[in-house]
Amino acid sequence: MSDASTPRIVTANWGNPDVFGIDGYMAAGGYEALRAALAMTPADLIDLVKASGLRGRGGAGFPTGVKWSFVPQDTGKPTFVVANFDESEPGTFSNREIVEREPHRFLEGMAIASYAVQSHLAFVYCRGEFLWPGEILEAAIRDAYTKGVFGESSMGSGYALEVVLHRGAGAYICGEETALLSSLEGYRGQPRLRPPFPAVEGLYASPTLINNVETLTNVPSIVTNGSAWFAAIGTEKSPGTKIFSVSGKVERPGNYELPMGTPLRTVLEAAGGVPGGAALKAWTPGGSSTPMLTAEHVDVGLDFESVAAAGSLLGTGAIIVMDESDCIVEAARRLVQFYAHESCGKCTPCREGTWWGSRVLGRIEQGYGREEDLPLLDDLGRNILFKAFCALADGAVSPIESSLKHFRAEYEAHIAERRCPFTGKGPGVQAEPDLSEVPA
Amino acid sequence: MPVLGDDDRRVAEAIIARYPAGRERSAVMPLLYLVQSVEGRVTQDGLREVADLLGLRTAEVEAVASFYTMLRLRPTGTHVISVCTNLSCALRGANDVFEAAHRATGVEPGEETSSDGAFTIHEEECLGACDAAPVVQIDFANHDRVTPERVGELVEALRAGEVPEPSRGTAPRDFRHASRVLAGAEEPA
Repeated sequence: MSDASTPRIVTANWGNPDVFGIDGYMAAGGYEALRAALAMTPADLIDLVKASGLRGRGGAGFPTGVKWSFVPQDTGKPTFVVANFDESEPGTFSNREIVEREPHRFLEGMAIASYAVQSHLAFVYCRGEFLWPGEILEAAIRDAYTKGVFGESSMGSGYALEVVLHRGAGAYICGEETALLSSLEGYRGQPRLRPPFPAVEGLYASPTLINNVETLTNVPSIVTNGSAWFAAIGTEKSPGTKIFSVSGKVERPGNYELPMGTPLRTVLEAAGGVPGGAALKAWTPGGSSTPMLTAEHVDVGLDFESVAAAGSLLGTGAIIVMDESDCIVEAARRLVQFYAHESCGKCTPCREGTWWGSRVLGRIEQGYGREEDLPLLDDLGRNILFKAFCALADGAVSPIESSLKHFRAEYEAHIAERRCPFTGKGPGVQAEPDLSEVPA
Repeated sequence: MPVLGDDDRRVAEAIIARYPAGRERSAVMPLLYLVQSVEGRVTQDGLREVADLLGLRTAEVEAVASFYTMLRLRPTGTHVISVCTNLSCALRGANDVFEAAHRATGVEPGEETSSDGAFTIHEEECLGACDAAPVVQIDFANHDRVTPERVGELVEALRAGEVPEPSRGTAPRDFRHASRVLAGAEEPA
């Protein structure tokens, strides 16, 4: 966690184990933001969140208040809210810890969002593998009903809100919001064509607001402290804080909440730096689907604009750190294998491209690469990027293109030496290649 | 012999009632977890029964079940051991843990279930706990910072009929029990 002088919004109470349960949460002022929100008009509430400048924390960074304002109120259909707790972007673990530490702050934010768009039924789509976080939410939702937070008259206001937990069953693609809706409706989790956007025709072809857990968890503090307070934290275009999930080669992996725009150098220092004095080699700013950056980029501010200017994406703020002893080809291979596994199979460029990409990277790593494999990978990336239905395929291109861009010499060394320079595995230049051993 | 007994039929009705009237199909995933909790995997009988409950065709239910890795259509061990080998865990030794899990359970490389039916190993994609890499789940309960030696100890404990204490929360007894929790059929603490 960050030091005491930095503003903390989402993790402010993480040092206090009492806020885990509803009594402790309410004793610490919990659900008072909901009470205040219920005394406002929905339109004023949406304006407040718009003015705060809060942007979605799930990866895309879309302005939250604007998203709320897109939900029409005149369709004659019910409106639904879905909290996206299908956290599965490799390297990302902020939503899980939010729920494990202070589930009610998230539920409070979800209730405020539900009131803002005048929804009376909210779903939490909980990642299947999050067995215990799901149990936490089941208990927290039950307790919130008992206290009159949810139910026929939320906080005695007359506003009715039902909340249902829905568990996924192991599919990364369901974090994509239209795939999530397909899954929640009881179908294979495959993405849908947009438009219509979920705000207009989402769950059950009705107006639907979908927000990430971290996004919603920011909302109670905005209601309590006002939009100007929030907007003053972080950068002008990326206000507020972000939980950076730091993993890989750092001394203290963990979640660190820091203002948007904090340079990587500071985040790394908070996490204790690279162990053993080893040199930083590469890092992802926002999970596996964001292009890798290098040690040259340690002073890049971690906000949507600065990371984009450096050639990558802030994504989920999941920083995976690699040091000088780590092989980039193997890292790229592992990440592309992930996309090959998680491709829903709908689009040919993604289904075939991710699979072939992982195989080509695999043979380079194992010392069976050919010179023409590098232009082949370049070509593969060009033929996947923006040619599939959803962004999963684009995510697979990120590790390929960014690793080739920053570490092409390392690929060339694998091919020239016919082995991995880090593990030493491969036939090597002394041996005649035995083509029967080319990995399947 | 139906998969779901009378008590589970009532659980199934409660699951369906979570969703708006006319939207019963949304219950397909929790109902598949429920039949999985009885049979240790989803069988043809289980698919048919879920289809009957929802007024769907068996093929429609199978299309859903076959999409999701946690709904198991193939023979499955008493315990499912999920080893994350994605990048954050791989950087901290997950591949050694994955191999050690195979040695400890007797699951042959390339296979997923041990011949004694006790264990299924699943090479997991990111489990969202990278601060605790390498991460292993036993029946979806998390074990943090697992070494090759530790995974051996965990497997021995399971063989002895114990339920190893997870790093956070409570652990289900086995894969069937985990499926029951996932169906929402267990009262939360």
